[in-house]
Amino acid sequence: MMIAQIWKWIDDRSGYSDVVKPMLEHIVPSDARWWYVFGSATLCAFIVQVLSGIALAMVYVPGGDAAYESLKYITNDATMGYMVRGMHYYGATAMVMLAVIHMTQVFLHASYKYPREMNWMSGVVLLFVVLGMAFTGQLLRWDANGVWSVMVASEMAGRVPFIGAYIAHFLLGGETVGGSTLSRFFAIHVFILPGLIFAGIGLHMWLILRHGISEMPKVDQPVDPETYKEKYEARLEKTGVPFWPVAMWRDVLFSAAMVAVILFCSLFLGPPTLGPPPDPAYIHANPMPDWYFWWYFAVLSMLPPELETYVILGMPVLGLVILFILPLLSNRGHRVPSKRPWAVGTVIFGATAFVVLTIYGYRKPWSPDFAVKPLPANLVNSNDPHIQKGAQLVHDKGCLYCHNIDGHGGFRGPVLTYIGDRLDRGELVIRITNGGYNMPSFAASLSAEEMQEIVDFLLTRTEPKPVDAK
Amino acid sequence: MSESADSPEASAEDNRRSFLARLSVIVSSVIGAAITLPGIGFVLAPVFKREPGKWQRLGKVDSYDVGKTVSVEFKNASVREWAGVTALTGAWLRRVSQEEFIAFSINCRHLGCPVNWIEDASLFMCPCHGGVYYSDGDVAAGPPPEPLARYQVRVRKGFVEIETSPVPLTTNDQV
Ligand code: FES
Repeated sequence: MMIAQIWKWIDDRSGYSDVVKPMLEHIVPSDARWWYVFGSATLCAFIVQVLSGIALAMVYVPGGDAAYESLKYITNDATMGYMVRGMHYYGATAMVMLAVIHMTQVFLHASYKYPREMNWMSGVVLLFVVLGMAFTGQLLRWDANGVWSVMVASEMAGRVPFIGAYIAHFLLGGETVGGSTLSRFFAIHVFILPGLIFAGIGLHMWLILRHGISEMPKVDQPVDPETYKEKYEARLEKTGVPFWPVAMWRDVLFSAAMVAVILFCSLFLGPPTLGPPPDPAYIHANPMPDWYFWWYFAVLSMLPPELETYVILGMPVLGLVILFILPLLSNRGHRVPSKRPWAVGTVIFGATAFVVLTIYGYRKPWSPDFAVKPLPANLVNSNDPHIQKGAQLVHDKGCLYCHNIDGHGGFRGPVLTYIGDRLDRGELVIRITNGGYNMPSFAASLSAEEMQEIVDFLLTRTEPKPVDAK
Repeated sequence: MSESADSPEASAEDNRRSFLARLSVIVSSVIGAAITLPGIGFVLAPVFKREPGKWQRLGKVDSYDVGKTVSVEFKNASVREWAGVTALTGAWLRRVSQEEFIAFSINCRHLGCPVNWIEDASLFMCPCHGGVYYSDGDVAAGPPPEPLARYQVRVRKGFVEIETSPVPLTTNDQV
């Protein structure tokens, strides 16, 4: 009795039955099945981020001198700290991945067409803000890797014509990565970008309520802005179902599975290991961004210098602009993938490029392999001290950093396993002396004797001739 | 209030409304400016401030071997108390002769990664995208568009000194 009265008061004053309930029960197309769960799962991942982020912020110290220590404390000593950090990390991964999958699905089904252009546009902005979160978060880790990534980012920003240096100094909060940079990134990561995300999600959801979620595309239902709304309403009336609870249970199940995966990963894989502390004087750092940016890293290494500035600056801007105006370019016509080969092709091409470049980025074949060991004796396979010396020099002079011999060494330059078959003495000497595209000239750093030893060793690198069985 | 749209009361009321509307917009803008401008100035300040370079002492001259290139660290020009270990900057220092030293920035001219000096090969190599420089800092291979930046170095009273300057952004010509 009492409870009923209290509820009645709350319901009347808050407007739950009048406003909120109808929203939850708005009618959605009944064919909105498992295809549609990615958007809500992205939202759920965001909630994971907010909660784990708030928890972390209660212990984390955003100061250049203490951030690293506080993270070590969170990871190693704080109760459940290990897990909370893990959740924040895998939650970020989930959010980036789900946002991209959600967007791909919307693109494939052309749900961005009339009247949902603005839904798509707000989503594109959200995606870029989420990537900004991922990037700023990496600096907050405040290990050598994070700090160098910011260095690299401000170098990129510094290439903007005219105002580049200003942007870079704004990012850094000064002229160098230091205490002010961290405070700045912290403020951006916990106040500015989350604020934008909240606002963006609000708009995104409001637009969903306003235009309804799209139906699965059908061949006989191309979008015509003149008639679309009436037809959509009419079909909803006939076949639609209330979102709560008839359609929503799938979203809930999928989100639950995703949260389970996040928890599982944070428990069993743990948060990313902290690198060495952020000492800019520590030169053996090997800056690598988080995995979703590896592809971009790979691109950067392959560009000819003349194009580089344009790509570094142009690609993100162009990507944002093209995605943003996409629904303005085509907001009518077919939605089914089978009638839109270009769209399907774009998705396949994009996904393949992403996978290939990511693998390439992970293997880092363009970069010198500093950790390479001298060639083992059985590989050198010679008793001649002259040849052995040559093999040693191939390591010491850094040849192996970039060239590979029988599986030892880097991949930046051509493989030298059978170089003896391909080049003769004169050619080898010329190449080593003069260098060439992407190969330094060793004229100044090799004595005549050393050159001789290296070349003699390289000439022994020939393909084994098949032995006659006679 | 008014019976017909063109009665004198109506137009007086219209005037009053548009005056109030304008007043509110103007005063709101003033409020907006008053609460945002100080913050924006505060946040943008570092963009326009240039720290002057300072000479900083490294080690004794004798602690460096002629012909050797070693890494040195020093406090950078714009230190904040709370920068912690990030107040440090590194450089590659080479003693060329008895009196002559040269110092290279550790930041790759491509995108700023820390270059490594490979003694035996006499090359600086960058771990990020395969940039390589000769011992004089000229580009030997890879994407860097320009030679390694250099710091000013001098010898004073038996000590090597280096002129600190802002982190060498590749676009930053002051280095
Ligand atoms: S930062 Fe050195 S090669 Fe890219």
